[in-house]
Amino acid sequence: MLSKRVLPGFNITLGYALLYLCLIVLIPLSALVLKTLSLSWTEFVEAATSPRVMASYRLTIGASLLAALVNMVMGLLVAWVLVRYSFPGKQLVDAMVDLPFALPTAVAGIALATVLSNNGWVGQFLSPLGIELAFNPKGIVIALIFIGLPFVVRTVQPVLEDAEKELEEAALCLGANRWQTFTKVILPTIMPALLTGFALAFARAIGEYGSVIFIAGNVPMESEITSLVIIGKLEQYDYAGATAVACVMLLMSFIMLFLINALQAWQRKRAGGR
Amino acid sequence: MAGFSSNNAIAKPLSEARWVRYGLTLVALLFLTLFLLLPLAAVFAEAFRNGWQAYLESVTHPDALAAIGLTLITAAIAVPLNLVFGVAAAWAIAKYEFKGKSFLTTLIDLPFSVSPVVAGLTLVLVFGAQGWLGPWLSAHEVKIIFAVPGIILATIFVTFPFVARELIPLMQAQGSDEEQAAIVLGASGWQTFWHVTLPNIKWGLIYGVILCNARAMGEFGAVSVVSGHIRGQTTTMPLQVEILYNEYQAVAAFSVASLLALLALVTLAIKTVAEWRMNREMQALAELPPERPSDDQPVSPQQLAVTKT
Repeated sequence: MLSKRVLPGFNITLGYALLYLCLIVLIPLSALVLKTLSLSWTEFVEAATSPRVMASYRLTIGASLLAALVNMVMGLLVAWVLVRYSFPGKQLVDAMVDLPFALPTAVAGIALATVLSNNGWVGQFLSPLGIELAFNPKGIVIALIFIGLPFVVRTVQPVLEDAEKELEEAALCLGANRWQTFTKVILPTIMPALLTGFALAFARAIGEYGSVIFIAGNVPMESEITSLVIIGKLEQYDYAGATAVACVMLLMSFIMLFLINALQAWQRKRAGGR
Repeated sequence: MAGFSSNNAIAKPLSEARWVRYGLTLVALLFLTLFLLLPLAAVFAEAFRNGWQAYLESVTHPDALAAIGLTLITAAIAVPLNLVFGVAAAWAIAKYEFKGKSFLTTLIDLPFSVSPVVAGLTLVLVFGAQGWLGPWLSAHEVKIIFAVPGIILATIFVTFPFVARELIPLMQAQGSDEEQAAIVLGASGWQTFWHVTLPNIKWGLIYGVILCNARAMGEFGAVSVVSGHIRGQTTTMPLQVEILYNEYQAVAAFSVASLLALLALVTLAIKTVAEWRMNREMQALAELPPERPSDDQPVSPQQLAVTKT
């Protein structure tokens, strides 16, 4: 047997990758953790759980959950239509789904705010009805839906493409109607992917900043997201306070990362265990 | 197996009723139009609200030009650095077995899960006036935070995983048989990479680089924390958009924004082509007659000798 290490360059590539990873990612992140550890417990709790900060957590998590839920439903619909049906311009639509990945968040933010403002393309029809979608928490949810949509579509789409038609045929032969086939056969197959997409959209929404601040209104206690609270504390040179809140956010990110990894492992097991 | 073709055996079509299909398609397209197309169109409509003249004036304003320049410089430094890292990391992870490999892969993805604002804050804690290196930096009159180096560092952080995460699965799928053959035939490591690996991963590489570049030029949150917003000096294009928008200079803001939107469209176009080429190559790879005795085991010299005769 040839050794696995017959290819040269293992030491230098791995060494360089680790060094770069440490310099760019791990050292700055450990600075955040160490700074947090230098705070006393009461300082930390005071900074990380003040009423204004708590309100921002509730808003950020609530809006992110709502947006991720909408994305889960609409993302599944878009993925379904793109995989199962054909219509003119389908490839163009397929490519456009990735727009939120490619469009800078600040551009998305000002565009959405303009479209939804009272004299914007959509806002002008809604404001006479008393519906205001910009400059309040509803605007935040809309911005987060924009940001998160491709995550769900792009995780569900390949699984739908690979789904075995034979299973659906079997269900049909056994007398199931289309809706039963969907809920009892197709949905369980794509469930891991759907949940992964949901988690990815949610994780992204928690940390989102650029697209949200232009449309949020940014009123403390009402429409101020956690990222903005950190920026506010930094601008007042309250480094300890900013660090404490940032540490809570980092913890949320790690929990989501762990969850997503678990979901993806489940998905792989599903795909491989047939 | 193929004898029981689904077309003959089943009378009812394996799809929804026509009105359901049309209805679902319509709802999906309406949703995409409202959420994706309308904001994109609004960017260009607002930019050209006062005509070409005003647009050109906004885009060629000295502050706008300075912002464009800084954005280009930032991307020109951040993208190649992450490209080299991505290739090195993908080579180490895809071509070798070692302990802690999956942990390393998770760590590489880490910057994606860290909020951009938190990423910016970590740099302030290291390089800022009160940070770890702050006293030393100010003693040597090196400015990183609220200056260009900070912007570049923040951009590198947020675009860190793009190339690596694109290349790792691709190179893992391709295996290392071709490289091993090249080495056995006497190629040097560098020759092997240049003539064997690189052509194989070309489109994946382009895909990763183009997405990395789009994010590098468009990053807002992390850069906003470390920039200090000094006009004409430390404002990248997204920050310039923010400043103009907050000053109610909507046309000027959307003019600069339209350049970024154009960048996004070009990115999507190149990405689609790269994706298409990658799929085609993967299909060609799958349709190739099996040259190897086994897919899983690394080829031994004896096996090579057998297959050659």
